[in-house]
Amino acid sequence: MSPSVRLQEMIRVIRSARTQGEERGVIQRECAAIRAQFRQADNGGRSHNLAKLLYVHMLGYPAHFGQMECVRLIASPRYSEKRVGYLGAMMLLDEKQDASLLITNSIKNDLSHSSQYVQSLALCTLACMGSAEMCRDLAPEIDRLLRASNSYIKKKAALCAVHIVRKVPELGELFTPAARSLLSEKNHGVLHGAVVLITELCERNPETLEQFRKTVPDLVQIMKGLVTTGYSPEHNVAGISDPFLQVRILRLLRILGRNNDAASDAMNDLLAQVATNTDSSKTAGSAVLYETVLTVMDIKSESGLRVLAVNILGRFLLNNDRNIRLEPFSPYSASLPPSLPPSPHGFLFLFPLLISSSPLLSRALELSLALVSAVNIRSMMKELLLFLSSCPPELKAQAACGIFNAAERYAPSQRWHIDTILHVLTTAGGDVRDETVPNLIQLITTASDLHCYTVHKLYRALITDISQQSLVQVACWCIGEYGDLLLRGECDEIEPVQVSEDDVLDALETVLQSHMSSPATRGFALTATMKLSTRITDNVDRIRSIVSIYGSCIDVELQQRAVEYNALFKKYDHMRYATSCTSVQLHMKAPSGDFLPARGTATLTQTVLLNNPNKVMLKMRIRMSYTSQGSAFQDTMQIDSFPGPACH
Amino acid sequence: MIKAILIFNNHGKPRLSKFYEHYSEDTEQQIIRETFHLVSKRDENVCNFLEGGMLIGGSDNKLIYRHYATLYFVFCVDSSESELGILDLIQVFVETLDKCFENVCELDLIFHVDKVHNILAEMVMGGMVLETNMNEIITQVDAQNKMEKSEAGIAGAPARAVSAVKNMNLPEMPRNINIGDISIKVPNLPSFK
Repeated sequence: MSPSVRLQEMIRVIRSARTQGEERGVIQRECAAIRAQFRQADNGGRSHNLAKLLYVHMLGYPAHFGQMECVRLIASPRYSEKRVGYLGAMMLLDEKQDASLLITNSIKNDLSHSSQYVQSLALCTLACMGSAEMCRDLAPEIDRLLRASNSYIKKKAALCAVHIVRKVPELGELFTPAARSLLSEKNHGVLHGAVVLITELCERNPETLEQFRKTVPDLVQIMKGLVTTGYSPEHNVAGISDPFLQVRILRLLRILGRNNDAASDAMNDLLAQVATNTDSSKTAGSAVLYETVLTVMDIKSESGLRVLAVNILGRFLLNNDRNIRLEPFSPYSASLPPSLPPSPHGFLFLFPLLISSSPLLSRALELSLALVSAVNIRSMMKELLLFLSSCPPELKAQAACGIFNAAERYAPSQRWHIDTILHVLTTAGGDVRDETVPNLIQLITTASDLHCYTVHKLYRALITDISQQSLVQVACWCIGEYGDLLLRGECDEIEPVQVSEDDVLDALETVLQSHMSSPATRGFALTATMKLSTRITDNVDRIRSIVSIYGSCIDVELQQRAVEYNALFKKYDHMRYATSCTSVQLHMKAPSGDFLPARGTATLTQTVLLNNPNKVMLKMRIRMSYTSQGSAFQDTMQIDSFPGPACH
Repeated sequence: MIKAILIFNNHGKPRLSKFYEHYSEDTEQQIIRETFHLVSKRDENVCNFLEGGMLIGGSDNKLIYRHYATLYFVFCVDSSESELGILDLIQVFVETLDKCFENVCELDLIFHVDKVHNILAEMVMGGMVLETNMNEIITQVDAQNKMEKSEAGIAGAPARAVSAVKNMNLPEMPRNINIGDISIKVPNLPSFK
């Protein structure tokens, strides 16, 4: 009677239990019976009982009392008992238990058993749960099996060796020679195991990697054989000959070709061949192609090959199978490098916008930004701006940041650059980083021929919508600086509109009074109002009254400014013009991070570049806003001691 | 590396659980429940990969699954495995089961879970893919089963004989046999137990 019959009886009984309680009762009774049987000397049903126990273990009931029985069964001369014993060992034992040491001897004996199936049981168990000591003990045996046995055992020995190397890395040297010779085997299982073993050895030891670089030609040969061979029914999966082995070899080639010109050269042709000849319509071919793309990107491949790889990725997106379509975006697969060669398919990476899943979109965005170049910046930016307006809120910051970087690197013209930034501020102004505002101001300042255009555009944006703080801040600043151009009414590049001084002051007052405006924005508006006093002629009184109102404002910052400006009006009228001129330029760089750990364990730095060509006396007020433990805080400090006019 | 292979049905009942890394019994059950939870929520038209649950290593590991009628086949792997490749491997596994059991269904897996373990042991070893050629796998599994049967054949004979006789229905033995003048007293045979 085979063990399964008794097992099946028990399974039937368990299944007929109608409630969880009933099931528990049945299982407890069975377990008690099994326990009793284990205690008896020898009975014919030992393997049945262990099989039953393993079933019960799978359902989640305690089975630790079976551990010693596993040890006993493994030592039995009978194959059926060994089989269940080893299975039990893999399920119930681990290196932390003492019982696992007891099976080392049995495994050793079984590794030299006359039957290959007994040998394979031992190998399997060692590979699954072998502890470091067991591995050290048995490594020479495994090496012997790697060299002189049939292919069935060789492939298992190879994977067992991988496990040993993982547990005891020093033993890697022992297996290196055998691994090398395994590459000349014909059996695919053995080759597969050999490639896995070599990959593991190379990943752990750079010297071993050097040695194995010499195998690149052999690997290329094997791959060529797989790719060009005709239909082979044994290893064929959807028309691809042994895709599993191909993927493994490609991965090993990636490791060997990384940072090495010679090795990369040797595999260039092969990669091109695989890339062109593999059918991507099914999963099997796509797996191979994706691995090829990753390898091409990682090694020192020639540019033609890299372009081919990116095009392949683009084709992935057009596949009918959703798994293939989404493979390039899987956040769990290896990352593509941050900068890919330009490709007409660049915008295709935005196709998955139709998918709502955020991790995929984030990758798609990353890939799209990597593909932006001077060649495709205009078309890519159109797509990216469209994306920005419709993407989920959690991605807006990433998108805005990426767009700014791309615009900065590849902007075809200053006007385009300014337009792009304005567009971003209008769509996602709330999600841009703080330094965007001073950087944009810097940009506008340098684009001197566009001042008129910019101030008109910003004015229009301002009167349409004052909710986007960054936009409002830049607009206020601009109006303050170039208000005269705005009022003059004429402009080359834009439809001019008649703007009166009252209109402008109305706009600024709206900003000052709106509950939507943040204190920083109000500061900008107030300063702009002040600056306008030197640029307009009729409404200086109105300005003075606005400014004095804020002399008693609750916000300390505003109050301070208002009072200073008032003073300027009263006592230092002659200096009013000087202080309102545009000589000082501020450029803020990105901070080193946005998180500061407690107790001074790290520092955060942000560089601010100050350009003071006219060497005017400077005072700088810095306001820092941060959150700590959920509450918002603000700190203000003033720097009065800038170096004097004698130095820069 | 493959961390775990799980098969469970649409209600989360485990039909096979193989872990290639050690977890305590409780954790194993929790992992099964957590995985079922994650996988059963998936829509039919999304892709077959998702992030592993917290218990099995979180975002470093991914779950690759296939849903066949009443069963979920889930492979939990780390980043060194090709996702599309594992998807194919699941397919090969199921096809192999199909060949071994002849149109496999959930009941086959329930009542022959040890056989499924034996088949799986020929495909995945120590968390690594061992053999993907279906015919090779089936050949080896058949040979091993034959070996087991032949062993049971010889050694199991006495056990089978005993149980056969035990279950034999013996008619009631007469106490005395009276044939004409001859009266034979039947000796008291010990009852055959």
